[in-house]
Amino acid sequence: MRQRKQKIPLRVVQTIVAVFFAALFLFPTVLTITNSFMSQSEIWANYGVIFGSPGDGAYMAERVNLKLIPDMVTFHQFNTVLIQSPDYLFRLWISLALVIPIVLMQVLVASLAAYSFTRFRTKRKEVLFFAYIILMLMPFQVTLVPNYLMARFLNILDTYWSILLPGFVAPFSVFLLTKFMRRIPKSYIEAAMLDGAGEFQIFRRIALPLCKGALYAVAILVFIDYWNMVEQPLIMLSDWEMHPLSVLLSRINNAEIGAAFAVATIYMIPSLLMFLHGEEHLIEGITYSGGIKG
Amino acid sequence: MKKTLAKANRRLGDKFYSGAFLGPSVVGVALFFIVPFFVVIYYAFIDNPVGQNFVGFRNFQNVLGNLSFQDAVRHTVLFSALAVPLAVVLALGLAVLLEQKIPMKSQLRTFFLSPMMVPVASIVLIWQVLFHQNGAINDIISNIGTATGLFEFSGIDWFTSPYSQLPIVVLFLWRNLGYNMILFMAALNNIPRDILEVAQLEGGKPWFIFRTIKLRFLSPTILFVTILSVINSFRVFREVYLLTGSHPYGRLYMLQHFMNNMFDLLDYQRLAAAAILMTLAMIAIIGIMFIVEHWYGRDIEG
Repeated sequence: MRQRKQKIPLRVVQTIVAVFFAALFLFPTVLTITNSFMSQSEIWANYGVIFGSPGDGAYMAERVNLKLIPDMVTFHQFNTVLIQSPDYLFRLWISLALVIPIVLMQVLVASLAAYSFTRFRTKRKEVLFFAYIILMLMPFQVTLVPNYLMARFLNILDTYWSILLPGFVAPFSVFLLTKFMRRIPKSYIEAAMLDGAGEFQIFRRIALPLCKGALYAVAILVFIDYWNMVEQPLIMLSDWEMHPLSVLLSRINNAEIGAAFAVATIYMIPSLLMFLHGEEHLIEGITYSGGIKG
Repeated sequence: MKKTLAKANRRLGDKFYSGAFLGPSVVGVALFFIVPFFVVIYYAFIDNPVGQNFVGFRNFQNVLGNLSFQDAVRHTVLFSALAVPLAVVLALGLAVLLEQKIPMKSQLRTFFLSPMMVPVASIVLIWQVLFHQNGAINDIISNIGTATGLFEFSGIDWFTSPYSQLPIVVLFLWRNLGYNMILFMAALNNIPRDILEVAQLEGGKPWFIFRTIKLRFLSPTILFVTILSVINSFRVFREVYLLTGSHPYGRLYMLQHFMNNMFDLLDYQRLAAAAILMTLAMIAIIGIMFIVEHWYGRDIEG
């Protein structure tokens, strides 16, 4: 009896703490989305003090005014971004044209390699796999230097190939997919071999379907990594006109600040959709990434 | 005779397939990472790409003595020292919280994880609004000060103040806590139930059980999350660049800024030497992780 009395308040406290943190975590995203429905003048009124005034005597609050719900919901900013200024759409197109091929090719190359690391385990292979892990853990400051030198040698600097090609073969997904594939029971593969299946058949008909969730998880992780890319364009592409939206958003000028929230919202839609659709797979994928040891 | 031939044939076949599957990846990795890395090593020991005279460790001394490099290292280490412990402790806290009997657990988990899928570029606007001189954070602090009568706070511009790393630490935590939390939740789930049940039957208090049993089983995960967070903290350049550009104030000048400047100056010698120094530092960190994980995990893995 005494214990029960104590337990209920504890649960309430825990729930309040959890909801408080959840609200903190959601707040920036929600604020960005709701503010994208504000009119230009409302944005200036609320944030003009930070991003500079339009200079035509528009009302501007002295301090920042965080507002979750716009006074008047308007799609004007989206209209600006999507219809009136093609530059944003063009940058979004660059982002997509870089990220989608990288995700597809990296997952393909990595799943082939993961199959090899799973099926043909020799001493030499284990050493190689270890090298992949080390490489995966290296920060950009290290890996971009060799990437850059090779791109210079191949004469592909200032072209999108200098970002695409290293992206196709980045070792991160090899590691995660290998960890998944090594969990496929050996008996499945042996049964297929007895039925006369060749290695490519086993790969396509058994290994890949059994790793569907993992492939999706890896695709999500690779997608968000490259959707966020900043370092590669800065170093590989000297022409700013070629930079994707992920770099451009930081250089948006004050006159366009109203549209900035709308651009930011549009830019988060693809990754958030992938997240909501594949959350279970993603969580499983993260769980498997824990621990370096196979 | 036939049997050995068949066996030899199969071994040959295995070799062929093993190579065919691995080929694209190995060729690519060799081409873009391994082979040019040897060029990096070569560049680190010569005076310039034209003369190509061997200069010993002079390039390394050059980099280590460079004031910008020293600043960049100091700031990056300071950032890691601030962000990593918080990223570990708070994530563990959230994981334990979601283990309790509270409603809407799976929704809460989704909310905590969602920031990792929000592009940094999309969120920098809000961070500027929050941490500006006239921003919301300053208002909140000064309101608290006025309301409690304890202090007066007129506000600072966070990004140009001595506390410029704090907004970035908050952003780092916001984006990374969810991932770490998932790792801890999985580890908590893996603790054998019977041990916990026995401890409860014996009358162990929750805090005692957490300290003596759960933490013990979590130690490999704590290490892994720590290393992961250290590596992620080196990548925080993205956030800094998007918030403050390529020439940030004081304490936000990070290692990647230094590297970018060297790229701009086409100073391959310093670039190469700096990359090698960082590789060595990373190998040391990873090596320590392996040793500690091996040493710590022994008695619970077996």
